Amino acid sequence: MLVALLVVAALAVVFGALLGFAAVRFRPDDDPVVERIDRLLPQTQCGQCGYPGCRPYAEAIAGGDADINQCPPGGESTIAALADLLGRQAKPLNPDNGTTEAPRVALIDEDTCIGCTLCIQACPVDAIVGAAKQMHTVIAAECTGCDLCLPPCPVDCIDMVEVTEDIHDWVWPMPHINVRPRQQVSGSGPKAST
Amino acid sequence: MQDIVIILIATVLVNNFVLVRFLGLCPFMGVSGKLESAIGMALATTFVLTLSSVCSYFVNEYLLSPFGLEYLRTIAFILVIAAVVQFTEIVVRRTSPLLYQILGIYLPLITTNCAVLGVALLNVQESHGFIESAVYGFGAAVGFSLAMTLFAGLRERVAAADVPVPFQGAAIALITAGLMSLAFMGFSGLVRA
Repeated sequence: MLVALLVVAALAVVFGALLGFAAVRFRPDDDPVVERIDRLLPQTQCGQCGYPGCRPYAEAIAGGDADINQCPPGGESTIAALADLLGRQAKPLNPDNGTTEAPRVALIDEDTCIGCTLCIQACPVDAIVGAAKQMHTVIAAECTGCDLCLPPCPVDCIDMVEVTEDIHDWVWPMPHINVRPRQQVSGSGPKAST
Repeated sequence: MQDIVIILIATVLVNNFVLVRFLGLCPFMGVSGKLESAIGMALATTFVLTLSSVCSYFVNEYLLSPFGLEYLRTIAFILVIAAVVQFTEIVVRRTSPLLYQILGIYLPLITTNCAVLGVALLNVQESHGFIESAVYGFGAAVGFSLAMTLFAGLRERVAAADVPVPFQGAAIALITAGLMSLAFMGFSGLVRA
């Protein structure tokens, strides 16, 4: 019995020491703070924060070069999450970067499209398919609604349409709780409350 | 030498761990959606399988058997496998963060891959020596990689195929796996091991 305990303990100690050594020896290069900030950002890659994408913005926040209120697609919830992660005070969205709008996707008017491929080059997430002189179309599931394809289009055939709820992105509504001021707590028996 | 070749062929083709013994099906179904991630998973599993096969041979031969602790085999092997997987995870994370992200939860899940524990236990059961254990583990890993890569290639084709609606997704994947398994049954009797 004692031998068994000792053997298993010895095994555990040896492996623990080995893993501890490996963890120090092969320490990953990436900065975990950047990773965690990047995970909170909406990954629209829209560039409205003034950085080329979400990852560079995350690096700028971690480096102290950027403030946390520069992400319009993320809106208040992202700012709150960032403030929570970094232990800073949440603040309203910087109006210089834009305003938060309902989620939208690009829609190409396929009758007007001349197949110039300019929007394909502008798309940060490769959500537009098409070839030169061929009609283009947007993969709605990939589109982040960043508006970057609008300016390059020479015939203005791209519209931003609001995302309507369908069976794929519908979620249960938040539970609705009625909060009413309590009517004068008196007596001893518990009264029916709402 | 002949023994080693026979063990290798037996584990890769005849007694393929995934398709004939039905061990390690979780990553087989889970990470086979894309060919690149399947190859990455196959490489990681190959590393873990070979290393844990050798390590558990040493643990069994020089630690458990001399003290008469054969009854601790399963728990000791799981400890070995967990340590090897953790080591692999650290190394993969360092060398290829992209692969680390693609494999995700399936990398730590190699710990509970029954093929890994199966190889360690079968080594003991068949009283393999050091070289035989290593070859057996490596052969099992090559068999796993083969099945994994073939299946991922098939699934990429199936994804582009016109599959009837009721069979889409997991259903057609399982049917494909079943057909592959049937095909591998054809190897039985190739060598005796």
